[in-house]
Order: sequence, then structure tokens, then C-alpha cells
Amino acid sequence: MMPLRRFRIHQPGTIAEAAEMLAHFGESGRLYAGGTELLLAMKHDVLRFEHLVDVKTVPGLAGIEANGGWLRIGGVATHRSIEISPVVRQRLPLFAEMEAKVANGRVRATGTLAGNLCFAEPHSDPATLLLALEARVRVEGRSGPRTLTIQELIPGAYQTSLASDEILTAVEIPLPKNGQRASYLKFQVHERPTLGLALVMETQDRGQAIATARVAVGCVCPFPRRSRQAESLLVGDRPQVERNLSQAAEVLADEADLIDDLEGGADYKRHLISVFLKRAFACAFPGR
Amino acid sequence: MSEGIPLFPLSFEVNGRAVELEIEPQESLAEVLRNRLNLTGTKVSCEVQVCGACTVLVDGLPVSACTFLAYEARNKKVLTIEGLAAPDGTLHPLQQAFVDESAFQCGFCTPGMILAARALLEERPLPTEEEIRASMDGNICRCTGYLPIVHAIQKAAQALRSRS
Ligand SMILES: Cc1cc2nc3c(=O)[nH]c(=O)nc-3n(C[C@H](O)[C@H](O)[C@H](O)COP(=O)(O)OP(=O)(O)OC[C@H]3O[C@@H](n4cnc5c(N)ncnc54)[C@H](O)[C@@H]3O)c2cc1C
Ligand code: FES
Ligand code: FES
Repeated sequence: MMPLRRFRIHQPGTIAEAAEMLAHFGESGRLYAGGTELLLAMKHDVLRFEHLVDVKTVPGLAGIEANGGWLRIGGVATHRSIEISPVVRQRLPLFAEMEAKVANGRVRATGTLAGNLCFAEPHSDPATLLLALEARVRVEGRSGPRTLTIQELIPGAYQTSLASDEILTAVEIPLPKNGQRASYLKFQVHERPTLGLALVMETQDRGQAIATARVAVGCVCPFPRRSRQAESLLVGDRPQVERNLSQAAEVLADEADLIDDLEGGADYKRHLISVFLKRAFACAFPGR
Repeated sequence: MSEGIPLFPLSFEVNGRAVELEIEPQESLAEVLRNRLNLTGTKVSCEVQVCGACTVLVDGLPVSACTFLAYEARNKKVLTIEGLAAPDGTLHPLQQAFVDESAFQCGFCTPGMILAARALLEERPLPTEEEIRASMDGNICRCTGYLPIVHAIQKAAQALRSRS
């Protein structure tokens, strides 16, 4: 078996205590949630830590609730708890459906949404969808709490803007208003997705006109991207928007900084974006 | 023993039996089950949570014992393949169905397959074929071609239903 190097586990009772521990251990310590990313990187000796601070021992961080127009998902909620949450299924079913397709059942049972975002692995489903949903995250460290958008949280591949003592305490997603049409699609042949594409539109006249649109791609690029120019092509009368889809996909691909990797070349990913934007649009208007 | 790193006292339940151990914090559940408790039915293959050979149930949910720390099993109930048959040795309906349907060849994936299937049937006693495929998606078999596994799970679901 591939053994892990030795480390200690610490069990903070509050966020403040966790932040103190992280500050105290510095480079030799790291926050630990489900461990589904962290322990793999440590097994492969890509990361080495002598101290893991178990965020799950802080009470009150696992909750999921809808309140004041926002869906609030606590900082240690697992993919599975989100997938089966009645509140999420009722108020934001798209998010529950996306969660049900993250990784496999074992990773979903232990891996957390916050851990997914804070590892900033480029092949993230939730990061792409959250970007299009204009979600925000609450973080807290020794210098107090702050709120960040997804763009602010994830500025690059495997990078976040969190200070080393900061803890993500909640992900907050605006609840959809009447007339919102949204879809998230992924294309996946390996363990992680090759492409994720999220489309969120506010529509009027029973879906005949699109007032605002947000579109994001992920996995094909170092971190999830939106394109304002592509979004402007997705606003207007529906038939016109439908005619614009190919052009919007081109613009989105131009702005996404597509990468060549084992999942395929940049040209292939450009093609996928075009196919999946059209599919996402069709999915957002089922049975039209 | 670890220099300066204190051992972690672990109490948990394995296959219905209370277990108390002192472990090192970095030990995986698979290491503890196989090396300390001699429960070698839990197999380890990819070690990166992809293949599912190491699947065990912790409080009813499937986890990858290759990566899940034994520390996380504290005060919880672990079920391994050794805990599935009745005390008199009668196979669990899932085990019997895997035999009847020839749902294994080399058998390396089988303990994980059966436990993953057991978690599914606890949640959905009569899953559709599509649900079986979606739920077993994270368990890899290099021998059978999967169809006998799907059939075995369907058969076990029926057997469990007529039993209850
Ligand atoms: C086989 C496999 C398949 C996968 N497939 C997919 C997929 O299809 N789609 C997808 O999107 N993802 C996929 N993933 C990624 C999976 O979603 C993440 O592994 C998981 O969500 C990480 O959460 P965790 O709690 O295990 O994080 P950990 O591994 O515990 O932590 C990851 C990182 O985040 C930090 N961290 C954790 N929690 C916090 C917090 N509250 N505040 C600040 N920092 C924190 C840790 O310090 C660490 O650096 C896959 C992973 C595996 C192993
Ligand atoms: S050995 Fe654990 S998932 Fe493959
Ligand atoms: S029976 Fe050989 S891997 Fe499944």
C-alpha cells in the first residue's frame, strides 16, 4: 500500500481556534476536510504537512438552508449531503443534479463543496456552475470575516485568494427568481470532467425573450471563465439568440484560455464548447 | 513507533463488534482493517479513490478505505465484506446472487462491488437498471463486462424484497 507520511491531526472547537492553529503551524499545517484531494496529494508526496487541522470538528458548519433569497451551504457540507438535501432539491434542483454527478459515490460521501473550491483543481463542476449562478463565499480568518465572489476566490489553477489562516465557512447562492432558465452540462470520459458548461438566463414573456444571460465554462481552461461578450450575444428574442449560439460559443472559447492536455487539444475543446452551448440552451427550454 | 507523534485512541464498531485500538493518525482505514484486524477481504488496488476495490461502508455510506483515514471511523459503524453473511455462514442475498449470476471471475473487485450494491439497496430497495449503473459507476471490474453484476444486483433486490 501507498502509506502516508506521518502527521498529527488537530481538532479545533471554533473557527477562531482553527485559524489560530493554521497561523501557528504556517507552512507545515493545512486545513483538512474530507481529505479526498489533500490526502491524495500527500500520498504522492506533492504536498507535505505535519499538521492537519480538522475543520469538521468545528460545530455548526454542515448546515444547508434557504433564507432571505439565498441558499446557504455550510463549509463542511459534503457533496452527498447537498445532493440529497430536500432544500437544495426543492429550491435549486439544478445544483442538486450537478452534485449528484460529481466524482463517484465514495468521494461524494466524504468530499466537501468547500474542499472542492479551495483546492481549485481546474476540473471542478461546482466552481463552473457557481460562477454562472453568481454565488459568493464567506470566509473567516484571524483578521475577521470577508465575502468573495467565485472569480475572486479562484484566480488560477490550484490557486485561491485565501490567506493561509482563512477558512471558507459558507457558500451562498442566490435563489432563482421566476423566469430563470438554467442548465449545467458536463462531458466526461475519465475520472474528472473534460468540459463543464453552465448557462443561466433570466427570461421574460414565458421564455420568449432573454433579459440577461450568464455563461461559464470550466475544465477546458485553468479556472472557470465567463465571457461578457458571449453573454451579450445571448440576450434578446429567443430565435435571434438561437441564431447567435455558434458565434457566442466562438467568443466564449476565444476568451477561455483553452489548454491542450490529456483530455484533448484546445481545438477539440473549442468544438465541445460549441456543441455543449447549443445543448445547454436546448436543455434550458425543455419541450419547447 | 512514531517519535513524538502521539497515538490516537480509536473506538469504533467493525461488523457489529466493538473495537478499541491505538492508531497513528495517518493510517488509512484499509491499513487498519487489513494489517491490524486481519480483515483482508477489503482489497486495495488504485489507492486513489477511483476503482472501488477498497469500498467499505461507514455508517451505511460507501467510502474508499484506501484513502479514508481510520481516524474518521471513530465512534462509527464499519461494515466490511466479512460482516455480510449471517453468523451461521449463510451468504447474504447479494453474495448468493453474485455466485448464481457468475458476477465475478478473479474476484478482486467483488467485496467492493457487493458493499457498494448493499449501500444502493439500502437506499433504493428496487433500483432501475439505470440507477444501478449510475450508482455502481465508481466501481471498476476488469473481468466480467459488468452485465452479470447488474443482473446479480437485480436478483438480490428481488430476493431481499421477498424475504422482507
Ligand atoms: C476520483 C475522484 C473523482 C473526482 N471527480 C470530480 C468530478 O467529477 N467533478 C468535480 O467537481 N470534482 C471531482 N473530484 C474532486 C472532489 O470534488 C474533491 O476531491 C472534493 O470535493 C474535495 O473536498 P474535501 O473535503 O475532500 O477536501 P480536502 O481534500 O480535505 O481539502 C482540499 C483543499 O481544500 C482546503 N480546504 C478544505 N476545506 C476548506 C475550508 N472550509 N476552507 C478553506 N480551505 C479548505 C484544504 O486545506 C485543501 O487544501 C474528484 C475527486 C476524486 C478523488
Ligand atoms: S483502492 Fe481505493 S478506490 Fe481503488
Ligand atoms: S472479477 Fe476480476 S476485476 Fe471484477
